[in-house]
Amino acid sequence: MGTDVALFVTCLVDQLAPDAGVAAVRLLEAAGCTVAFPEAQSCCGQPALNTGEPEAAAVLARHFVEVFEPYAAVVTPSGSCAAMVHHWYPRILEGRWAERAEAIAARTYELTSFLVDRLGAAEDIARAAPLGDGVTVTVHDACHGLRVLGLKTSGRRLLEAAGATVVEMAEPEQCCGFGGTFAAKHGEISAPMADDKLAQAAATGAAYLAACDSGCLLHLAGRRRRTGQGPEPVHVAELLGRALPVGDQR
Amino acid sequence: MSLPAETAASLSLADRARRAIGDTNLQTALAKVTAALGAEGTAARTDPDMVERRRRGAAIRREVLDDLDGWLDRLQAKLESLGITVHRAAGPDEARRIVLEIARAEGVKLAVKSKSMATEEVHLNAALEADGIEVVETDLGEYIIQLAHEMPSHIIAPAVHKTVPQVAQLFTETAGRPLPDDRTALCAFARERLRSKFLAAEMGITGANFVTADTGTIVLVTNEGNGRMCTSLPRVHVAVMPVEKVLPRFADLGVMLPLLTRTATGQRLSTYVSMITGPRRPGETDGPERLHVVFLDHNRRSLLGTPYQEMLCCIRCGACLNVCPVYRRIGGHAYDAVYSGPMGAVLTPLLSGGSEGRDLPDASSLCGACSEVCPVGIPLADLLVRLRADLRTPGPAVPPAPPWPGHQADPGAPVGFPGDAPGRPSDAKPGARAARRLGFGAWARLWASPAGYRLSAAAARRLGRVAPPALIRHTPLVRGWGEGRDIPLPAPRSFRQRLAARREDGW
Repeated sequence: MGTDVALFVTCLVDQLAPDAGVAAVRLLEAAGCTVAFPEAQSCCGQPALNTGEPEAAAVLARHFVEVFEPYAAVVTPSGSCAAMVHHWYPRILEGRWAERAEAIAARTYELTSFLVDRLGAAEDIARAAPLGDGVTVTVHDACHGLRVLGLKTSGRRLLEAAGATVVEMAEPEQCCGFGGTFAAKHGEISAPMADDKLAQAAATGAAYLAACDSGCLLHLAGRRRRTGQGPEPVHVAELLGRALPVGDQR
Repeated sequence: MSLPAETAASLSLADRARRAIGDTNLQTALAKVTAALGAEGTAARTDPDMVERRRRGAAIRREVLDDLDGWLDRLQAKLESLGITVHRAAGPDEARRIVLEIARAEGVKLAVKSKSMATEEVHLNAALEADGIEVVETDLGEYIIQLAHEMPSHIIAPAVHKTVPQVAQLFTETAGRPLPDDRTALCAFARERLRSKFLAAEMGITGANFVTADTGTIVLVTNEGNGRMCTSLPRVHVAVMPVEKVLPRFADLGVMLPLLTRTATGQRLSTYVSMITGPRRPGETDGPERLHVVFLDHNRRSLLGTPYQEMLCCIRCGACLNVCPVYRRIGGHAYDAVYSGPMGAVLTPLLSGGSEGRDLPDASSLCGACSEVCPVGIPLADLLVRLRADLRTPGPAVPPAPPWPGHQADPGAPVGFPGDAPGRPSDAKPGARAARRLGFGAWARLWASPAGYRLSAAAARRLGRVAPPALIRHTPLVRGWGEGRDIPLPAPRSFRQRLAARREDGW
């Protein structure tokens, strides 16, 4: 037992959704991990890349490589940021930097996938964070985790092991409309896409709309505050974290 | 175009999208058709018998592109040996001139057309009509939008944006007598109209879904049989063939035809597959007396050897449109381009050499559903990301390719179409572009420094919590976010502040 991991908490979680980060640490610890938090970390660079500024993104990619290179495993509560490392770092970096990035990508994991697929710790999590019967959740498959990393089952597995009932919405794999800077640049398209997602989630009767990406969740929560439609968007880790005992158990 | 040209061009992409989202007829039509076709595309991706077909199809397309000029030379030799006249058009203007000159030489008064995105791309109809030639679209969807003076809104279902009552009204105006909201009656009217055109036309114009290099066979996929009528009744047939449509071998059709039809509509094979291998031979009772094939480059060859070469694998199945959450919401006309959806957002700025559709790569959430469904494995979402960077500076995303060896640039006056005029207004201002570049560069350097991240994040958090909402609402990007969503406030304490506090007294 005792896996050493470095947490890449992501800039969004650090600044806007710290509950998901706190829950990530506590779930990893519940699975027997020792969690390091390299203080020098910041952002994966995706906002720059998706705005068409790959050189700026490469600055942050090289920074990520330097910060996380010493660690045996890097875990992040965002499928999209993990996908950025896996898919884009080797493409926007060159030469030796690209090789170093590929080596780190091979040991960079999305949180729920790390817990379930890598550690096989779903039962440990379930014991530590029992959601109990009667909690109904519908899961949104955030795009980059789904299509770049192939993540589909790990979030659902954690929720179900913890006792929740997962009910599927009509199109769980349809984009919620976040898309990084797309959400700001084309709000007129992005917001109706959120409405579609929230309406499908509402139709399931679930109490929560869970995902493993804070970008999607901030977008959906912002739309829901505007319209009042749909269940509460929440990070899978945060939902489980609410079932952890109050206070620090270390 | 659905809007008068000057209106559509003067509206921004965002305004065109808003208009589409507010159009309830359009929303109904789009939701229904994209759901139905999207399900077929998705099934074609996951069915076990399609997995190997997709792999082989992708390999065949790349085999062609690895030596495109070589395959075109071999194809040209084969076509000429069959008595087919081959022309090479560097761009839309040359393509229009070539077809127009054939039509003039043949004394053509009426041309019938089978559905062809390539001829839409070069705006062929306008050039022929300007010369007094009547051009009639014979695919039902194309016939509808021709009567309505619109562009196709979907590459395989051009009139997908129209409801049956809208078509009934259009046909009623054309017929000069009332026609019912009934599909059968409307089809019967179109059939009757088109039959007389087929019989009278001197020229048939088609595109080409595939052309095989070893046999010189032009392959057309249709569901209405109109392609066969266009290629067997008129005495002249002209096929406009984008250069990437060549396939090495006739046998490749065994993979490519079902790959196309399964992904496009779910059909194991289209109702009609027309194969034309040369003009009418002595003793044959139908077929054209003369057959011309026009190779259309239009900046396609400039993509070879670049990451955008992948786009030339496209077989125009339309699956990426059907699964695209943006297309599903805004439809094809909001793109204000002949090709729409993800493939159109990639293709439009590339084919036009950067003069059209420069803002289209932004019309994507980069969800990757397009890349996933693509039967030939084009990384569409990646190409959209690349285009956002490569279109920062004015001009084309990739440098133009040298002309074909020995190809003489067309010397004549342009055979005009107003849409060809460069510099359509869609580009960000140069100042804004430079500011964006500087801004992101400075941000990245700041956040690559631990102190820089900590201090700037702390400042932004404080600002975000105390700044007047009116100020926040007018910050660039934040403003766009706020259009439809509440703006999230920074958390009272950041994650790392809470982590530091934990070391003192727990979470």
